[in-house]
Amino acid sequence: MHASNAIRKRRVDVGTWLRVLICSLVALVVLVPLVSTAINGLKTHGQLMADPFGLPSPAHWSNYQSVLTNSRFWQQLKNSTIVTLATVGLTLLVGSMAAFVLARYEFAGRKFTFNLFILGMLFPTSVAMLPLYILIRQVGLIDSHWGVILPQVAFGLPVSILILRDYFRGIPVELEEAAVIDGCSPFTFFWRILLPLSRPALAAVAVLSMVGSWNAFLLPLLVLNDRDTWTLPLGVMQFQGQYTSDWALVMAFVTVSMLPAVIFFLLAERHLIAGLTAGSVKG
Amino acid sequence: MSLTGTARSGPTARASGRSSTSRNRSLTIALFLLPALILYLLFVLWPVVQAARYSVYRWNGLGPLEDPVGMANYLRALADPVFRKALSNNLLIAGLSLLIQLPFALALALMVGRSLPGKTFFRTVFFLPYVLADVATAVMWRSIYNPQFGLINYLAKMFGLRPQAWLSDPDKAMYAIFAVITWKYFGYHLVLYMAGLQNIPKELEEAALIDGCSTWQRIRYVTLPLLGSTIRLSVFLSVLGSIQFFDLIWIMTGGGPSHATETMVTYLYKFGFQRYALGYGSAVAVILFVLSLFFSLAYQRFVMARDLEASGLARN
Repeated sequence: MHASNAIRKRRVDVGTWLRVLICSLVALVVLVPLVSTAINGLKTHGQLMADPFGLPSPAHWSNYQSVLTNSRFWQQLKNSTIVTLATVGLTLLVGSMAAFVLARYEFAGRKFTFNLFILGMLFPTSVAMLPLYILIRQVGLIDSHWGVILPQVAFGLPVSILILRDYFRGIPVELEEAAVIDGCSPFTFFWRILLPLSRPALAAVAVLSMVGSWNAFLLPLLVLNDRDTWTLPLGVMQFQGQYTSDWALVMAFVTVSMLPAVIFFLLAERHLIAGLTAGSVKG
Repeated sequence: MSLTGTARSGPTARASGRSSTSRNRSLTIALFLLPALILYLLFVLWPVVQAARYSVYRWNGLGPLEDPVGMANYLRALADPVFRKALSNNLLIAGLSLLIQLPFALALALMVGRSLPGKTFFRTVFFLPYVLADVATAVMWRSIYNPQFGLINYLAKMFGLRPQAWLSDPDKAMYAIFAVITWKYFGYHLVLYMAGLQNIPKELEEAALIDGCSTWQRIRYVTLPLLGSTIRLSVFLSVLGSIQFFDLIWIMTGGGPSHATETMVTYLYKFGFQRYALGYGSAVAVILFVLSLFFSLAYQRFVMARDLEASGLARN
């Protein structure tokens, strides 16, 4: 009995280490492209051609230097930040206001309004793209960041309203009644009590709209023609088109452009994963 | 307080039906709802309706709509071999995702399980590609597939294989792209599965073990059935995503070589924005929309119905 337990235990351990080994191999496949891209940014074009996989000797920091002193890069970083912050802020504000009313007020047409929003989850962004472009052109928002921000907010509303409404519904009515007795207006209750209590749901919505906006490509590609308004993904695309003869420099640019997302992910991993998978109710 | 009662929902609010109160109530509702409603109607619903309208005209995007062509745009798209190629590529991505990417993610999630040493590390690494921009990912992989200095050919040569021009070979480009799609998205499905596994009571799996189930039997008869709703959801998201692929492919191949990696959205982009055939492009958009709508409704109706009820999504 004792012996068979020991055998069983050892077999479990072998299984565990086998699983760790397989997962480590997969982790390697995930990481090697990223790490080798970062390292290749440290080579000269000649070094890259001669030895694409090895460490550069000597390391050649001028690629990174020239990316980090490139004013276009900083402009694009700033533009991406502006567009993302505005998209997240507006999505949170507008989405939570609508979700508040849809969660906690009885009125004619409430169900219809909610279903109308939810219907939006069935529309792929690409379906609306051509008419959206015409509309943005008509209202004069070509080359304006608002031409990216407003449609992004609008397309983010369905899933945001769904997540927030569900969460708001879970907050006890008694709390609201007490607040009203204490003289709270609906707006004060919403702003001072409901929103602070709903941080997890707000974080999920924020993360979803942030990652979507930061990485967005098709809509900015259509709306932003003027170089000075470009966001980072447009910058990356343009940069690799312009420097096809110097891949090492392109690798440095790609690496630097990925850094903000990677750093943010490592710092706020738990929130990011929770938020991005909360979005999976989409559909 | 004139606003007393306005914030209440339910019967209390209706009982205090003085007219000023109810006017305030309506005002509150309108003020809170209108910004979202206006944005949504203007930038989501209206364009979708417009797409349907444009699709029955020949139109270059300038000037008035004055050349109605009926269903001609639709017929032309459905008869165009390039569009069919694009559609079949979308289906290929969906099929390969269901056959390879999702089972791979599921197997890994089962391996990581509840308590593999390094579990958090693995989750972080596997999920990382998902947060990267498609554009940056695509440029990175173009260099990895590069015939002169790419990592893949370097490894191939190391193992004595012949180097290939992965992205410029019409027979290989689509599979090369699918490998990148898997690299970038398997972690998302893996995290969904891990969350699902977390919700399975530990006792059930332990009971199976005590009853003498082998690991495989436990997975087959206890874990997988209990993971059913998660798997059905991830299949749903995967197929819908597959129908709409654009960014990665556009940067890696632009739909080439000779349309080998065209998808419906790259096709739509080429006609709508590069050739200014907005009517025709809109017809393509509507076809794409109908396909994804049909899939969504059928899948939710026949496959996910129980899950939706369980999660309360179908409450309304």
